[in-house]
Amino acid sequence: MRPPSPSIPEREFLFTALKQSLRLDGRSPLEMRTPSLIFGPEFGWVECSLGKTRVIASVDGKMVKPPPERPFEGIITIQSEISPMASSEYEVGRTSDEEVTLTRILDKILRRSDVVDKESLCILAGQRVWQLRLTIHCLADAGNLLDCACLAGIVALKHFRRPEVEVIGDEVTVHAATERAPLPLSLHHTPFCLTFALFPESTSSTSSTSTPVIITILDPSLLEYRLATGFLHVAMNAQRELCVVQKAGGVPLALDQLLPLIKDVAVTKVRELDAFVESRMKDDWEGRRKLVEVS
Amino acid sequence: MASRIEILNEGGYRSDGRRQYELRSITIDLTPQGTADGSALITHGLTQVLVSVFGPREAKMRRETLHDRANVNVEVGVAPFSTGERRRRGRGDKRILEFASTIKSTFEPVIQTTLYPRSQIDIYIQILQQDGSVLPACINGTTLALITAGVPLLDFICCISGGVHSTHPLLDLTTLEENDVPSVSVGVMPKTGRVVLVSLETRLHVDRFEEVCRVAWEAGKVLHGEMRKAVRERTGGLVDAMGGVAGAGGAGRGGPGEGDGDERMVDY
Repeated sequence: MRPPSPSIPEREFLFTALKQSLRLDGRSPLEMRTPSLIFGPEFGWVECSLGKTRVIASVDGKMVKPPPERPFEGIITIQSEISPMASSEYEVGRTSDEEVTLTRILDKILRRSDVVDKESLCILAGQRVWQLRLTIHCLADAGNLLDCACLAGIVALKHFRRPEVEVIGDEVTVHAATERAPLPLSLHHTPFCLTFALFPESTSSTSSTSTPVIITILDPSLLEYRLATGFLHVAMNAQRELCVVQKAGGVPLALDQLLPLIKDVAVTKVRELDAFVESRMKDDWEGRRKLVEVS
Repeated sequence: MASRIEILNEGGYRSDGRRQYELRSITIDLTPQGTADGSALITHGLTQVLVSVFGPREAKMRRETLHDRANVNVEVGVAPFSTGERRRRGRGDKRILEFASTIKSTFEPVIQTTLYPRSQIDIYIQILQQDGSVLPACINGTTLALITAGVPLLDFICCISGGVHSTHPLLDLTTLEENDVPSVSVGVMPKTGRVVLVSLETRLHVDRFEEVCRVAWEAGKVLHGEMRKAVRERTGGLVDAMGGVAGAGGAGRGGPGEGDGDERMVDY
């Protein structure tokens, strides 16, 4: 059951606030909610939250026989169904538009942009490869589920460690974690996704200006997400490489309005995110090492 | 296999003999297809797409009607013979669903849906041949089909794909090139010069992205000329057919001649 669209006073209030560069939760227009990452006891399990939006991502690996057309490559599958747990908006069994976008963009960012070196997942050519399964559980949707899911996904992949495997001739030996230290995946890069919500300033009566101002905000909350008239999804890594840019429909933007968002805003935000993730991963790793030393 | 093909050779020619910024030949056929209110068959080189538009008409499903505007419904079919490998794609395929929803959201702000409350505009897209730039072909075809159906639009949407080979931007990619170089699709509204659609799916450096975006944006305007010519020709034909009856036909004939601006064209 789709909840009713936001009421007119809510919309008016949000728009007037946005015109003065104010947002309902006190952020500035191009400010993200601070992400938080909680790592689980196992490798490759992470809970990521952006404000009240919460997502769990977990990676597990198993050995399978590769398809004959790609005998040297491991397999990565991403499961990202949005259940009614996230919000009453989503139904069981029916793929909503949000789910289609989420699945496809996650697929493009985490699979098609070559994040994981697939050939390093090969154990025995044509016989055995690793199949990694990344499961995304959306726990709560308070706006911008996509960025949160993408952050959770990439951190889970970075955090995951697979058991070491030894191949002698045709014999494959899997070493337990107590025997040999599990290995991290070899990742080519770490992309992060940023979502911009676009609002046209058309509600004002002064329509004489030839280029109407378009208000852009980063990381929309649920209300902003519902009221926005267009989105721009940008996924890029800290090395300034874009992986996905998607702006389908919504308010038309001039090229000179669009490019600065990507060139300046997204670049700095992604650098910050990258530094944040690196430091959190390091903290987690330190914590784990201490645990081992005590026991 | 891919490494054997030279995307851009020493002489500045691409694998199919085009220059960097050269577009493939475009043919546009706006003859009516079946009972569709408007249809367009557009080819970009070997890519061929047939778009039929029905409506605005009463919505089949009552619950899909919107009280203040028309509902735009896009369905995409991919002919199994359109690619080298025959592969059946079901209707539930996420890639096709996303493709359709991209087209839908691209056209929603451009179609003046508020003029037709409680009705529905159906856009059926058949991809007949694929050789790169499928999304741009679908978008251009849909623009033309909507125009022939007489659906009021704010502007054309002219879409073109671009790619980068090392540091050289290329335009209008074929499948061969799409497999090898990063590609960007840019949809432009030529009258205002604004961008409705940007879609990049492969890794590309920010600086290169800006460059290719600007080139594609320029190309969108060239494409607009081509599309406008086709629409004018068709309209001219219609006016000629009516011309024997009413004196207004003669006056109308002057319009589609060499005049500029799209305003005249909308009058018919």
